[in-house]
Amino acid sequence: VLVSVICSPPQNYPLYIRSVPTENELKFHYTVHTSLDVVDEKISAMGKALVDQRELYLGLLYPTEDYKVYGYVTNSKVKFVMVVDSSNTALRDNEIRSMFRKLHNSYTDIMCNPFYNPGDRIQSRAFDNMVNSMMMQVC
Amino acid sequence: MEGLTLSEAEQRYYCDLFSYCDTESTKKVASNGRVLELFRAAQLPNDVVMQIMELCGATRLGYFGRSQFYIALKLVAVAQSGLPLRVESLNTVKDLPLPRFVVSKNEQESRHTALYSSDADNPASYSGVIPPPPGRIQVKKGSVSHDTVQQRTSTDQQESTSPVVSPQQSPPTSPHTWRKHNRHPSGGNNERPLAGPGPFWAPFSEAQPGSSTSSDPIWSGHSPPPHQENWVSFADTPPTSALLAMHPASVQDQTTVRTVASATTTNEIRRQSSSYDDPWKITDEQRQYYVNQFKTIQPDLNGFIPGSAAKEFFTKSKLPILELSHIWELSDFDKDGALTLDEFCAAFHLVVARKNGYDLPEKLPESLMPKLIDLEDSTEVGEQTGEVGYSSSPAEAPPSKSPSMPSLNQTWPELNQSSEDTAIVHPVPIRMTPSKIHMQEMELKRTGSDHANPTSPLLVKPPDLPEENKMSSSVKFTPGNTVTDGYSSSDSYTSDPEQIGSTVTRQRSHSGTSPDNTAPPPPPPRPHPSHSRSSSLDMNRSFSVTPGQQQAGVVAYPPAVPPRPQPSQGAGPHVHRPVDAEGLIAHTSTSPQQIPEQPNFADFSQFEAFAVSGVNKEEEDEIETHSEVLQVEKPSDSASSLRVAKADGRVEDKAPANVPTSAAKGTTPLAPPPKPIRRRLKSEDELRPEAEEHTQKTGVIAAVLASQPSIPRSVGKDKKAIQASIRRNKETNTVLARLNSELQQQLKDVLEERISLEVQLEQLRPFSHL
Repeated sequence: VLVSVICSPPQNYPLYIRSVPTENELKFHYTVHTSLDVVDEKISAMGKALVDQRELYLGLLYPTEDYKVYGYVTNSKVKFVMVVDSSNTALRDNEIRSMFRKLHNSYTDIMCNPFYNPGDRIQSRAFDNMVNSMMMQVC
Repeated sequence: MEGLTLSEAEQRYYCDLFSYCDTESTKKVASNGRVLELFRAAQLPNDVVMQIMELCGATRLGYFGRSQFYIALKLVAVAQSGLPLRVESLNTVKDLPLPRFVVSKNEQESRHTALYSSDADNPASYSGVIPPPPGRIQVKKGSVSHDTVQQRTSTDQQESTSPVVSPQQSPPTSPHTWRKHNRHPSGGNNERPLAGPGPFWAPFSEAQPGSSTSSDPIWSGHSPPPHQENWVSFADTPPTSALLAMHPASVQDQTTVRTVASATTTNEIRRQSSSYDDPWKITDEQRQYYVNQFKTIQPDLNGFIPGSAAKEFFTKSKLPILELSHIWELSDFDKDGALTLDEFCAAFHLVVARKNGYDLPEKLPESLMPKLIDLEDSTEVGEQTGEVGYSSSPAEAPPSKSPSMPSLNQTWPELNQSSEDTAIVHPVPIRMTPSKIHMQEMELKRTGSDHANPTSPLLVKPPDLPEENKMSSSVKFTPGNTVTDGYSSSDSYTSDPEQIGSTVTRQRSHSGTSPDNTAPPPPPPRPHPSHSRSSSLDMNRSFSVTPGQQQAGVVAYPPAVPPRPQPSQGAGPHVHRPVDAEGLIAHTSTSPQQIPEQPNFADFSQFEAFAVSGVNKEEEDEIETHSEVLQVEKPSDSASSLRVAKADGRVEDKAPANVPTSAAKGTTPLAPPPKPIRRRLKSEDELRPEAEEHTQKTGVIAAVLASQPSIPRSVGKDKKAIQASIRRNKETNTVLARLNSELQQQLKDVLEERISLEVQLEQLRPFSHL
């Protein structure tokens, strides 16, 4: 189970949501939404250092659900959130970091596209492919 | 060319044909291959063909130049119209129909079937758009109806043969036509998806309409708008007559119609051109068109089109933003938000293809891959080299001799590697300074890296080395504190540099140019650009000459000064540093000799030892380091000169020089040591002057040392400086001790030699009498 979400500032509305098992997507949406607050907390707490590689929310969600929510923030306050199944213990922190890095790079590429208006939903095929491949790796 | 005058249509047609035949783009066509095919297609008897060739001069030249080709074509037309072949007929015959060439239909027909149907609509739309010259439209229609297949074929042929035409005519008009057609609902026209882009491609089609529907050259190989090729009807059919009829009309209206037709044709062309054999291959005409379009946006072909400009440009194509966005992703190969020429062509081609109804690929097709890789590589390399070069420049700033060139060269490759790997410029610069000092620094680094800087490679640590040297030198000033602990006193060093002045600068710059430049901020009071030690030494000397306090202050920046009296005693223990056990021993051994002087002469003696020994050993590096430090501290010119000379000198040479100096050891211990170490690498000849310098230096050094104790130290920086100076002093001590021992040994050797020589001389004397 893997869900990737990119949320843009300032209102934090999602630019991109993709979950691998597509069922229960709504639940993931909710999860991500709640985690945004935590991300904001971290941002304000960290002060200057804005790039938060990951956050581990083991206890954030209901214990039964057992998800891990990772967060990542860019310098422009664009938040990347990833929800991972806790049962997926093979997923190490490094991998999460690298996934976030890939997401960030792809996001940057999209930004470079003059046809993309910041704030639009991301509808790039290349980006989708990248995310798909990434998620396939994990699941 | 015999003043051949061609009408516009003919001009265009001939141009197309020439391009078609000019497969090698050499601007001259061999009288075989396509030319022959063409002439054969003209359906003229062979002798006529021969005659034509003769007349145009091709047989004379052996090939068809452009003019010859044109003449030949005209003659073909003449022949085809039944007129006698005469040179005069070239210009006299007016309203000559264009030569007709029958070409076999090829596979292109099948491809263009769909297009053809759409093309068939185009003429109608054309008429709707702009009142085309009646003749043309009719001709087109007629041609369309008559020779669908032929048209297509001929269009193809035309397209292939008229590559040159379009570029010539279209580029300027494209933007205009573009706008014109924007009004037309081309965008939503399924039948003519290209209608929108028509104006876009106006330039392409320009040639065609102008040339009475010559197919858009851009899409050579693709089915040109069927209606267009009528004028150059390869098919020997009714279109010919239509051609004739429209010829005069088309010539006049071509311009007007051209734009319109071009729009249409471009649409068609685009549709047709959407790649058949290699769907994504860009033909030459297309490429030429793209290049021209690129020029309209960015005159410099090597430059970039910024994203915003590209966005505007491609938005004109009326493709949905999503698709344009995807095209951009595909074509912006280096993801820099700007389009180079290759990227632009790829994007353009994709737009055209999309307009033609082809789905966009998921990945950029091979044929559209911009050849940026080499460029990127070269740029990267260039950048790297640039960085390297840049970094090295500061290193070279101080005028440096190149005694250390060999070492430089050696290190250079290292640096390059490191810079490539890490893109760090630092390492490189260091090597750049081909100065003696650099050599010394190299040695120092080596020694330092051996000792104190186990971690960083020489490259990285260079700044430390010079710093340390300086530190140690400053420490030395202060009196033998030789508490130097290797070369880790970089921190303290920074404080020293200011005081050390030129010497420090010197060392710093050498050590690694880049690291020096970046790391330790050169002390402001660095009077000299620390080119050579000598210069720095001069500075030192001047410093020393000036109130000793000043010097002491500068030199003995590290708070090591106060404990000067102690160092003599502490020198012993300090000497026992593990690094230089031997040195320590030697130092201690020498110390007793000069204990009384040690506080002030610890360095001096070491200098002497240095000078004498000529240090050709590993320890010399350290010693030199220390000696450098010492030298720095001691403004003795001799020391500097010694160092300078030392670089080339050898130990043996120094020995004799040292012998006399050793005699004067008491006075000039300081000067020699540092120099000898360096001199080691230098010519031996300079040892002699070194000896002299030794004496001078010692004097200076003594003065410096004397002044050291009185150097006041600020408490604030003292600790750091003290520690640093202590470390440096220690290092220096060990180095000096080693040097001292070596020099002593050399002295002994030299003395022995002298004795033996004297003996020989005496033995020979009696013989001389005989």
